[in-house]
Amino acid sequence: MNIVACIKRVPATETQPKVAADGMGLDHSALEYMLSFYDEIALEEAIRSKEAHGGEVTALTLGPTEASKELRDCLARGADKGRVSLDPACHPREPRTTPTPTAATDTARGAELVFCGRQATDRDNAAVGPMLATMLGWSCVTDVIELHIDGTSATAKRESERGIEHFRFTLPAVITCQKGLNEPRYAGLKGIMAAKKKPIEEAEPMLVESATEVVGVSLPPARPAGRIVGEGPDAVPALLEALRTEAKVL
Amino acid sequence: MSKIIVFVEANASGTANRASLEALGAAKSVGSDVVAVSYGIGGAALDAPKHIALEGESYSPDGTAADLAAIFAEEGATAVFLASTGVGRDVAPRVAALLDAPCFSDVTELSDEGGLVFTRPTLAGKLITRVRASGANGAAVATLRRNCFGAAEDGTTAGAGRPAAADLKAILTEIAAKEGGKLDVSEAPIIVSGGRGLKEPANFKLIEDLAAAFGNAAVGASRAVVDAGWRPHGEQVGQTGKTVAPGLYIAVGISGAIQHVAGMKTSKVIVAINKDPDAPIFKLADYGIVGDALEILPVLTEAVKGAMAGA
Repeated sequence: MNIVACIKRVPATETQPKVAADGMGLDHSALEYMLSFYDEIALEEAIRSKEAHGGEVTALTLGPTEASKELRDCLARGADKGRVSLDPACHPREPRTTPTPTAATDTARGAELVFCGRQATDRDNAAVGPMLATMLGWSCVTDVIELHIDGTSATAKRESERGIEHFRFTLPAVITCQKGLNEPRYAGLKGIMAAKKKPIEEAEPMLVESATEVVGVSLPPARPAGRIVGEGPDAVPALLEALRTEAKVL
Repeated sequence: MSKIIVFVEANASGTANRASLEALGAAKSVGSDVVAVSYGIGGAALDAPKHIALEGESYSPDGTAADLAAIFAEEGATAVFLASTGVGRDVAPRVAALLDAPCFSDVTELSDEGGLVFTRPTLAGKLITRVRASGANGAAVATLRRNCFGAAEDGTTAGAGRPAAADLKAILTEIAAKEGGKLDVSEAPIIVSGGRGLKEPANFKLIEDLAAAFGNAAVGASRAVVDAGWRPHGEQVGQTGKTVAPGLYIAVGISGAIQHVAGMKTSKVIVAINKDPDAPIFKLADYGIVGDALEILPVLTEAVKGAMAGA
């Protein structure tokens, strides 16, 4: 079975972002990057699917050549090959929900299973996985916390406000992965050594124009300063009084 | 002016869910014309000039997406709105792919500036981005974050039935109710969250007791205690958990790491209880108490019980 894990490098979680001089995006000059949190879960599920059903895992990303650093980490954890769909201008043209899944369609067509994180932790848009599936005419279950594959039949569970939703579907399929699906492994020394010999290929994907125009980017307004109402259990009456008369939430 | 299709989904009891009514209210505030498309509310009346009720035996996100795209074309609409719920976020990108339109998730503000402009948080709320659709057809699909828009009032337009699309790929076979019918953090008007300061898992009983004293509160948790296995993933608030904006958020024994703050800082009122007076959470909180959570919680719970009984 051919399996693709779509991954993205994103600004590190602890990043305090700065707005670029033109006010239209993030200042990328001094950013540290990491593999997006949910993409680690997607990669882990891809590797587990290969271990259970055989086949090959391709880690796919869209971005500049530098994104191969995160792909190398995926290879060290157990992916068989990496593929960078080159897009040197990915930052200036953010955000672009349509071009990203379009660029993934070529690689996905050769696979039976595509795993994505539930959302990338930079744009938080949660759109690429289901858009890709719809473009391909495939099944898709999002925010998956449990997955079972039996030949070309599969079942998955996801959590919504309504409860735990159970889905039945057939492959090929796109699965977006939620925390709880698995515990991602770390790369061991053996994996890191093996990764050096694994191939990373560069591809020129079909890049369509973004249908999104950025109007402006800003930092969120600061909350007005609050106050300490007191220390220890003795402060409880003052807190309740403030919640009742000032905040009016009781 | 824009014509907006709004998807109205059902909650577990088969009535229109509040987040959907907020999406409807948002559309009415910027759209000249609104078409509500409902599923699972039995054609119950809505406050919209036109209301189409999808009727089908099986629910599938692809079927609903196909219906919304078809209705979009029939109505000559400019945008499709859904609530930013588990269902809305599942369906919206599929509609966007069918319409060759961008998908804007978790929109917190809307304006009409010669075309709709959508404000949405990125980097878990550390950055605010304003975008508009610029494709050839100008179409946009958006999910709207709850507690950001006024809900539509009770309405009088009953749903005209329409058979749901048969384009079923992934099919919903069952919805298992959550354990004990607990309120989810993403829906609760009040959240009491606990972190490492609780010292051990058993002490979350004190958090549960305080939540129970309010009556309509959910229990939340920091990433640290979820990763340690003290609490289930579904309770985690933060960048890699749920983003919430309740009327009252009480953070107990939570230091205020950037990744937790990202998920709760737009709460209307924030209370922090922490033994470290320099904890970053106090910079964010409207009201703080410095001290040992294990001593403060029982007293606070009794006081809240008293206040609720007197209310």
